[in-house]
Amino acid sequence: MSNIAISVENISKQYRLGEVSTGTISHDLNRWWAKLRGKEDPFLRVGEANDRTKKGTSDLVWALKDVNFDVKQGEVLGIIGRNGAGKSTLLKVLSKVTQPTTGNIKVRGRIASLLEVGTGFHPELTGRENIYLNGAILGMTKSEISRKFDEILDFSGVERYVDTPVKRYSSGMYVRLAFAVAAHLEPEILIVDEVLAVGDAEFQKKCLGKMKDVSGEGRTVLFVSHNMGAVRGLCNTGLFMDNGTVGMFGDIQSAVDLYLTANTNADGIFQLGRQGKEEIVVFEKVILRNQFGIQTQNYNFGDSISIEIECSSDQEVELPYFWISIESQFGSLCAANSLLDGIRPKFVRGKFIIACTFKNLKLLPQSFIIFAGGRLKSGTEMSTRSKEIGSFTMVSKLNEIGLNGELAESFAPSASPLYIPYSWRFNNEESIDVNL
Amino acid sequence: MSIKTLDNISETHWTEVITPTNAVFDLKLRDVWKYRDLLFLLVRRDFVSIYKQTILGPIWFFLQPLFTTLTFVIVFGQIAHISTDGMPQVLFYMTGVTLWNYFSDCLNKTSTVFRDNASIFGKVYFPRLVMPLSIVISNLIKFGIQFLLLIGFWVYYLITTDTIHPNIYILLIPLIVLLMAAQGLGWGMIISSMTTKYRDLVFLLTFGIQLLMYATPVIYPLSSISGDYRVFIEYNPLTPLLEIFRYALLGSGAFSWTLLVYSMVSSLIVVALGAIVFTKVEKSFMDTV
Repeated sequence: MSNIAISVENISKQYRLGEVSTGTISHDLNRWWAKLRGKEDPFLRVGEANDRTKKGTSDLVWALKDVNFDVKQGEVLGIIGRNGAGKSTLLKVLSKVTQPTTGNIKVRGRIASLLEVGTGFHPELTGRENIYLNGAILGMTKSEISRKFDEILDFSGVERYVDTPVKRYSSGMYVRLAFAVAAHLEPEILIVDEVLAVGDAEFQKKCLGKMKDVSGEGRTVLFVSHNMGAVRGLCNTGLFMDNGTVGMFGDIQSAVDLYLTANTNADGIFQLGRQGKEEIVVFEKVILRNQFGIQTQNYNFGDSISIEIECSSDQEVELPYFWISIESQFGSLCAANSLLDGIRPKFVRGKFIIACTFKNLKLLPQSFIIFAGGRLKSGTEMSTRSKEIGSFTMVSKLNEIGLNGELAESFAPSASPLYIPYSWRFNNEESIDVNL
Repeated sequence: MSIKTLDNISETHWTEVITPTNAVFDLKLRDVWKYRDLLFLLVRRDFVSIYKQTILGPIWFFLQPLFTTLTFVIVFGQIAHISTDGMPQVLFYMTGVTLWNYFSDCLNKTSTVFRDNASIFGKVYFPRLVMPLSIVISNLIKFGIQFLLLIGFWVYYLITTDTIHPNIYILLIPLIVLLMAAQGLGWGMIISSMTTKYRDLVFLLTFGIQLLMYATPVIYPLSSISGDYRVFIEYNPLTPLLEIFRYALLGSGAFSWTLLVYSMVSSLIVVALGAIVFTKVEKSFMDTV
C-alpha cells in the first residue's frame, strides 16, 4: 500500500459540447434547485461514452468515465490512446488544472506537470527573468531557482542571450530555455505531455535523456505520447485509454500492442475531419485497399497497400506538398514524401483524392499506423496538420513467410519490423541468403 | 479490524487528495503562502514589462494622474464650476484621482484575471489567488509613485498658501488605501468569477466603473450634494474612504468613525465573499472560459 504514489479512483469528467453559454442560466438554476432538494445533479445522469466519430444524442459527454488505476512509486507510466481518448483530460485532472466531475485521486509527493513548455513566459522579459518567473509558476522557490540557475542555463545552451528579451529568441531557443527550466524541477511525481515533439533532433535526444535520468532517480513519471518508440523506451507500465475509459492497464508492451491493433473499423475506412481552423486542406476520409482493390485493414507479407485520402479544400492551393508515412511501434519507418521526390499536383481545389500505394510490404506481423500531412507551395507553411490517418495490421503467419526460428513467435511482436533481403556468413563458410 | 487500521495509516500518508469539490471556506491560504515567491515575481513582471520599449518609462506613472487632473480642472472646475469646498482645484482633483485610480485599476485588472491568464491557468496549477493578489500589489506600487506626486503638489500648496489644513487623521491613510484595495480586489474577484460563464459582465464593467465614479465623491465633495441622491452616495462604501482621505490631507470633507467602520465591515465582507467565489470557480473555470 505504502509504495503507491498516485491512486486514481472512479475518476469521471463530463464536458458539455457546443456553445457553453446557451442555456447555462437555466441549467444552473436546475442544478441548484436539485441540490436544494438534496437530489442528485440532474445533468450528471445524461451523457454517453465519448466517441468523437459517432454523433451523440446528448450534448453532454464523458471525456473520462470511471477511470481507476494505481501508479507505484518510481514507476514510469506511458499513457497512450487515439486522439480524443481522454489522455489529455486525464493529465489535466491529475495536474489540478481542472476538477473531476466524480471520483478522487490520492497523491503522495509533490506533483509537477509539464503540459506545455514555457507556460507564463513573458515576451518582454529577458531570458534570466523568465527562468525565474517560469520556475516559480512551475512551483519552485526563488532560492531553488537561484541554486540551479547555472545548470539550467547550461542545459538550455542559450547563455549568450540570457539578458535579451525572449521575444527576440528563435522558436528553437525559446523552447530550449523553457524545457531547461522544466527539466530542473525536482518533484516526486512528474507529468509530461508530449513536450518532446518540439525542438530539433539533438535537443529531443537531450530531453529524452533527461527524462530517463529522472525516472532513473526513482521518481514517478506519467508520460503521454503518440511516439510508440519513446513510450516503449522510457516506460515500464502502460495505460491504454479508449473512449475515456481504461482500455488496458499493464505492462507497456501489451498496452502498445493493444493500441496498435485496436481497430474500430476492420473494413479499412477511417473518418477524419477538420482539426484546427488553420487547416487549408482537410483530410475527410481514408480508404485502405490491397492489391486486389479490396477494402481491408489486414495485409499479408508482400501485399501492396493503397492509401486513398479524400480531401477537401475551400480555396485553390497551388503545388501543394503531401507526405504519407508508416510508423511502427518504434517510430517512423518509411514514407512517401513529395518534399523529397518533388511530385505534386499543379493545384487542388474542392473535393479531390490523394492516393499512394506502398508496394510489396515486407513487414513482420505487427500493427502499423499511417500518418499524413501537407504543406503549401513554399514547403514551410502547413496546409494540413501532420496526423494519424489510419492503421493496418500485418497478419501473415511467421512460418508462411519463412521465418522458422524456434523463438520466432515470441520475438516477432517486438522485433524490428522492416525486412530487407540479407545474407549470413559464418567462418568463411558458404553464405546463406535470407530472401523472404 | 487490522485491515481497517492499516488503511487508516496509509490514508494519512497521502500528501494530497484531489476531489470534485472543496469545502466552501477552504481558501488554500497555506498554498498561497508557499507560492509567495511567484507572487513577487509576478509583481516584478507587471512592473518591468509595462514600460519596456517606452522612452519615458516609469515617468508615465506620473503623467497619467497629471493629465487626468488637468482635464478635471478644465472640465469640472473651469467649465462646470463644480464646488471643491474652497480647496485648490488641482489638489482637490488629484487626491480624488489618485485614490480612485488605485481602486479602478485593481477592479479592472482583477475582473479579467481568468480571461487574461487562461493560457497559464489551463496548463499549470498554482493557487489562483496569487494572481489577483499580485495585481493588487503591483498597483499598490504604482499608487505609491503617484502618491509621491500628490505629496509634491501638497507640500507646494502647504508652503505657499493657507488653504489646506492637514490633520492627525493623516495616520489613517494606510488603512484607507488598504480598504480601497480590498474593495477593488473583492469586487474584482466576484466579477471575474462570474465572467467565466457570463461574458456580458465584461461589457457592463467599463460602464459600471464610470458610473460608480460619479456615485463616489471624486470630482465633487460630499458636502455639495443634498436632497434625494445624497443617501445613495452615503451608502456607497467608497464614499467614506475618499472623504477621509481628502479630509486628512486637505482638512475639508466629512469624517466620522461610523462611516469608517461601515467601510471596513463592507470591505471585509466583499473580500471574503470574493475569495470564496473565486476559489470555487477556479477549479472548474477551464471548462467554461
